[in-house]
Amino acid sequence: MLSDAERAEIEEELSHYPDKQAGCVEALKVVQRHRGWVSDENLKSVAALLGMTSDELDSVATFYNLILRKPVGRHVIFLCDSISCWVCGCDAMRKSLQSLLGISMGETTPDGRFTLLPIVCLGACDHAPTMMVNDDLHEDLTIEKVDRVLEQYP
Amino acid sequence: MDRPLTRNIKPKAEPLWLAEYEKAGGYESVRKALRTMAPQEVQKLVTESTLRGRGGAGFPTGKKWSFVPMGPDTPRPKYLVVNADEMEPGTFKDRLLLEGDPHQMIESMIVSAYAIQADVGYIFLRMEYGIAAARLRKAIKEARAKGYLGRNLLGSDFSFEIYLHSSAGRYICGEETALLNALEGKRAIPRAKPPFPQVVGLWGKPTIVQNVETLCNVPHIITHGVEWYRRLSRGKDGGTKIYGVSGNVKRPGAWELPMGTSIREILEEHAGGMRDGFAFRGLLPGGASTAMLVEEHLDLPMDFESIAQGGSRMGTGTMIVLDDQTCPVGFAQNLEHFFAQESCGWCTPCWEGLSWTERILQSLEEGQGRMEELDVLTMHTKLLAPGRTFCALAPGAMDPLQSLLKYCRVDFERHIHEKRCPWRDGHNGADGARTWPVSSSMIVPTR
Ligand SMILES: Cc1cc2nc3c(=O)[nH]c(=O)nc-3n(C[C@H](O)[C@H](O)[C@H](O)COP(=O)(O)O)c2cc1C
Ligand code: SF4
Ligand code: FES
Repeated sequence: MLSDAERAEIEEELSHYPDKQAGCVEALKVVQRHRGWVSDENLKSVAALLGMTSDELDSVATFYNLILRKPVGRHVIFLCDSISCWVCGCDAMRKSLQSLLGISMGETTPDGRFTLLPIVCLGACDHAPTMMVNDDLHEDLTIEKVDRVLEQYP
Repeated sequence: MDRPLTRNIKPKAEPLWLAEYEKAGGYESVRKALRTMAPQEVQKLVTESTLRGRGGAGFPTGKKWSFVPMGPDTPRPKYLVVNADEMEPGTFKDRLLLEGDPHQMIESMIVSAYAIQADVGYIFLRMEYGIAAARLRKAIKEARAKGYLGRNLLGSDFSFEIYLHSSAGRYICGEETALLNALEGKRAIPRAKPPFPQVVGLWGKPTIVQNVETLCNVPHIITHGVEWYRRLSRGKDGGTKIYGVSGNVKRPGAWELPMGTSIREILEEHAGGMRDGFAFRGLLPGGASTAMLVEEHLDLPMDFESIAQGGSRMGTGTMIVLDDQTCPVGFAQNLEHFFAQESCGWCTPCWEGLSWTERILQSLEEGQGRMEELDVLTMHTKLLAPGRTFCALAPGAMDPLQSLLKYCRVDFERHIHEKRCPWRDGHNGADGARTWPVSSSMIVPTR
C-alpha cells in the first residue's frame, strides 16, 4: 500500500505528462525516496495506479541502474568507477571502502548501515575520484577523506 | 564579454536568482524575440550564427530546427526537450551550466521554443544532478511567477510551459530517440530513423532534442547578434566552447574558451600540464566515446573539423588524459566495461560484441591473453562500425579501442609476452581491473 504522501507526490509528477505511463520512473523514485527501495508489492501498487501491468512497469524499472529493486542499507554509497576516476585511483578507494566496511561491492553491512555500489561517471571528473553517499557528492577522495566522510552517516 | 555562457557563474557560489539575473541582462532575448521578431527570424539568426550541437555530434542547430513543421496546420503540441543526461564518462560541462546559471537554461528554452513554436518543454536531467534539479525547479517557479512561462508570455500570443524530468541512470537515455522513449515511460531503446524526431517525436509530435550547452548559446545570439557571436570563435564554427580536462594534470577543470582553441593551449595553459611524475601519452578529446589523439595532434584546434581530420571527434569537448603511469589495456577495459554495461541490449552485435570485447581485455590484463585475441578485438572495431548497429553507442565504444590498439600496440603485446600487466604493481595496473562482483577472497575484515 502506498502512503498518502507518496500518492500525492506521484499525482504531482503525473500532472506534468499527457499520459500516466510517462510518470512511471518518477513514481518509482517517489517510492524509493520514502522506502529506500522498490519492493514487488510496491511496484504492483504503482503499476495499478498508473494503469500498467506489473511486468510492464518492472521492465522499465529494471532498465535503470538507480531504481533499486532489492533492499539496501540506511545509506547507499555509490562509488564512481568510470574512466577519469579510474585513472585517478578509484580502485584504491574501493579497496579502502571494502576494508573499512568489511563488505564487497553490491553488499550491505550486517548492521544495515551501508550498501556499497558502483556508479558510472558522476559528471565531476575534474574532482576525481568521486562518490555519492545518498544524494551527496563527495569529491577529490583520498583514503583519509573516505574514512572521514563515512562518519557523517550514522 | 568573451565568456557569454559562464559570465554569471562563480565557483561554489549561489547562482543568480531572478532579480539579479534580470539586472545582469537576463531574459533580454525573450523580450526582444517575442516583441520584435517572428519565429522564423529567430531561426534564421541561429542558422547564420553557425551554432553546432554541443552534445557530441555537432549537427548544425539552425538546420535541425528547419525540419520542424511550422504554421497553423502543424500537429500540436510541439515539444522542446533539453538533453541534460550527461552520462558520457569524462564529461562535466552541462552540470556547470545547470548548477551555475539555471535561469540561463530557462531563458534559452523559452527563446528556442518560440523559434520553433513549441508548446511544452522538458528538461531531461540525470538523477544524480540533485543540486541542478533543485535550482532548476526554483528558477522555473520564479520565471512562471514573473510571466516568462505560462499562457501568453509577456502579453504575446505565445504560450510555453517547462517541466523537469529526472531520470534514473542509464547512458542510452542520452541518445535522442531513446530519450523520447524514456520520457514516455517506456524502456529506453532507440527508435528507428526516419521518421526524425523533428517531425515525429515525443508522443508522435514534432520534437527538438538539444544539448544543454547548445541551447545556452541561443539567447546570446539573439541579444548580441550573429556578427558578435561568430567573432567569439577562432575558427569556422561560431561561439565559445566549454572545454574540460580530467586525469593526472595539474589543474583539472572546465573553461569557456573561443571555439577552436588548440588542444595544447587547453592542456598546458589552462590545465597546467601534467602532474609531476606523470608523462603525457594521449587523450580522448571529447569523452569516453572518442578516439585517442597523441602528441602529434596537440596543435590541432579543438573544433569539429580539425579533430575529425586528426581521426577523432570533438565530442563533448571534455578531454580525458592518459598518462604513462596508467595501463592502456586497463584504460581500454574500463571504457569497454562501461559500454558493455550500458548497452541497451536491443541489437545483438552491440550487446554480444561489447561484452566479448570486455572479456578479452580482462583476460589480457590478467596475463592470459593470446596474440589472436588482438585480431578479434580489431575485428570487433569493424563489426561494430557506424551503420552496423542500431545506434551510435557501439561505434562510439569502438573508437577509443581502435585508437588504443593503434597507438599502444606494444603495450597490448607486452601483456601477452610477459603474461602479466606491466603496470600491475604500479599506480593503475591489473590489480585495479574491474572484477565486480568481487570474489569473497577479497573481503577484508572490518577494523
Ligand atoms: C549513447 C548516446 C548517449 C548520448 N548521450 C547524450 C547526453 O547525455 N547528452 C547530450 O546532449 N547528447 C547525448 N547524445 C547525443 C544525442 O543523441 C543528440 O545528438 C544530442 O542530444 C543532440 O543535441 P545537440 O545537437 O544540441 O548536440 C548521446 C548519443 C548517444 C548515441
Ligand atoms: S547499438 Fe547497442 S545501445 Fe544502440 S540500440 Fe543497439 S544494443 Fe542498444
Ligand atoms: S569519471 Fe568519475 S566523475 Fe567522471
